[in-house]
Amino acid sequence: MQTEFAAALLDADRRLPAGLLASDTAERFAVYRNNVVHGLSRALAAGFPAVESIVGAEFFAAMAAIYVRISPPPSPVLLEYGTTLPDFLARFEPAAGLPYLADVARLELAYTRAYHAADAPPLPADRLGSIAPARISTLRVTLHPSLQILRSAFPVATIWAMNTGRMLLGEIADWSAQDMLVLRPHYEMTVITLASGEAAFLLQLQAGATLGDAAAMAMQETGSFDLAGALAALFLRGAIVAVNDQDLS
Amino acid sequence: MLPNRSGTAFKPQHFTALLAGETRPGFIEVHAENYMGDGGLPHAQLSRLRADHALSLHGVGLSIGGEAALDRAHLRRLRQLCDRYQPDSFSEHLAWSSHDGIFLNDLLPLPYTEQTLKRVVAHVAQVQDMLGRRILLENPATYLQFAASTIPETDFLAEIAARSGCGLLLDVTNVLVACSNRGEAPAAYLACFPLHCVGEIHLAGHHDTTDDRGAPLLIDDHGSRISAQAWQLYESLIARTGPRPSLVEWDNEVPDWTILLHEAQTAQAMLDRAANSTKAA
Amino acid sequence: MLTKTHLTAAMLAGSLATALAIVASPAVAQDTAKEKCYGVSMAGKNDCAAGPGTTCAGTSKVDYQGNAFKLVAKGTCTTMKTPKGMGSLTPMKG
Repeated sequence: MQTEFAAALLDADRRLPAGLLASDTAERFAVYRNNVVHGLSRALAAGFPAVESIVGAEFFAAMAAIYVRISPPPSPVLLEYGTTLPDFLARFEPAAGLPYLADVARLELAYTRAYHAADAPPLPADRLGSIAPARISTLRVTLHPSLQILRSAFPVATIWAMNTGRMLLGEIADWSAQDMLVLRPHYEMTVITLASGEAAFLLQLQAGATLGDAAAMAMQETGSFDLAGALAALFLRGAIVAVNDQDLS
Repeated sequence: MLPNRSGTAFKPQHFTALLAGETRPGFIEVHAENYMGDGGLPHAQLSRLRADHALSLHGVGLSIGGEAALDRAHLRRLRQLCDRYQPDSFSEHLAWSSHDGIFLNDLLPLPYTEQTLKRVVAHVAQVQDMLGRRILLENPATYLQFAASTIPETDFLAEIAARSGCGLLLDVTNVLVACSNRGEAPAAYLACFPLHCVGEIHLAGHHDTTDDRGAPLLIDDHGSRISAQAWQLYESLIARTGPRPSLVEWDNEVPDWTILLHEAQTAQAMLDRAANSTKAA
Repeated sequence: MLTKTHLTAAMLAGSLATALAIVASPAVAQDTAKEKCYGVSMAGKNDCAAGPGTTCAGTSKVDYQGNAFKLVAKGTCTTMKTPKGMGSLTPMKG
């Protein structure tokens, strides 16, 4: 019974399941169809507010009505729903005129993940002073569980800020690539653009590389990489939760 | 056990206003699934509130009425949440919401037969074993009936409670919605309801319309103030049961905290009257 | 072709000293003295209510069959200026 019922909920062309009683079965069943599609669509809109603002509520709802049928949630925990939406948007023909849209969705997904990530107290910035200069090249750090890096060919952090009320909507004078950091050291969300080479540096550290190797990789990508600035920023932003102990003097 | 007072659903946007207010709700209720992230603000807020509020944890994703086996991973997450917050009550719905690995995000109806009764009782028992506590099961808002049903909903709920030992969550708005949609009298439903099992009462706003054939079609949208009809039903109910923990829900078009609190205070005034008349009797 | 970058121990140690100076500067200290606070909440996504009192979202087929998309470019994408003009949503072919 529930197989037939569930299939008819997600497919409006499908005939109603057998054995239903109501004064107007089709309209009554439509209440359930509406609840499923509308409810999931609103859950997506709550997680992707910038995408909704960019395309408008009507387009978003129509897009979501397709997406929820292709990728319904596998778990009852909706805060985890929508992980495949960026890739869906990248291939979604009606949105092809907005090539940056999928990356805006990736940033929003990273934001939600950081929002719900595990708690971990960041090391205070002055702990930087306890690192022995002689051992710095072999040092490894543990980044905060909420930390995520996103690299886009578009100025996605600016677009996102303009579409979530953080910046005034207007012309984007500098239409160039942006690297972004998403982080939640305590309960405040941080979304910032990174300086040249910082993304490569952080991705290396996240993968477990030593500071020396990560810095070398960043410099290989960008000759002007500012290691001192990046290191200070990491501690100041609360991005580091541990420094491997044997390297602390 | 929840206190026999009125409480409110907790919405994160009300956090500051709720703590700043002179009047606090008798208890708060949250949807368990919204607190299944690893950390961050949701847990920080709930931990802060839990410090000085009675807490009801309300599940919306277990699919107790489902044909499939319960989702064990989800049950484990629920147990972790119960262990962490030690809620005064855990409740779920007489409905299904998952099928074939897909979560449909709605509380879907099931036929009431001997076969479905056995299944629901087994599922409730499994949840109670896993959580190590007695749960409350809520009567659903429904829009359709099944030709196959052979047991009235009130008898079905009474049997579940008798066989599994669970308590019941009586949602007054769901009674109004489901009975109106079936063309039955809500008062007659309440007259048959196993009131001794009621551990909590729910109240919410609903949308009132008609279907294409002109028959009443009430939709449980939790998007407005509680209707006069639901208040009447509630008052007649607590006159019989005496005061019970009573929650005001509001999920769509969530208003300012003061409006939600005002609804809870209306319920509290009715609870106080019910307490006085019980004493007088 | 990229040449392999060599970082000497002295360069790294120098960076550490500079980083320490940045972290210790008074302007920075003031900026990071922000206390832990409860931030801005996101709404929960699970609820147990029906959708608003309409029955259209689950049944209106026109919504997801293509040409509806040409009616709905009401978002900010038409006001954010990009190098290729405004950028726009296009109707689905088919």
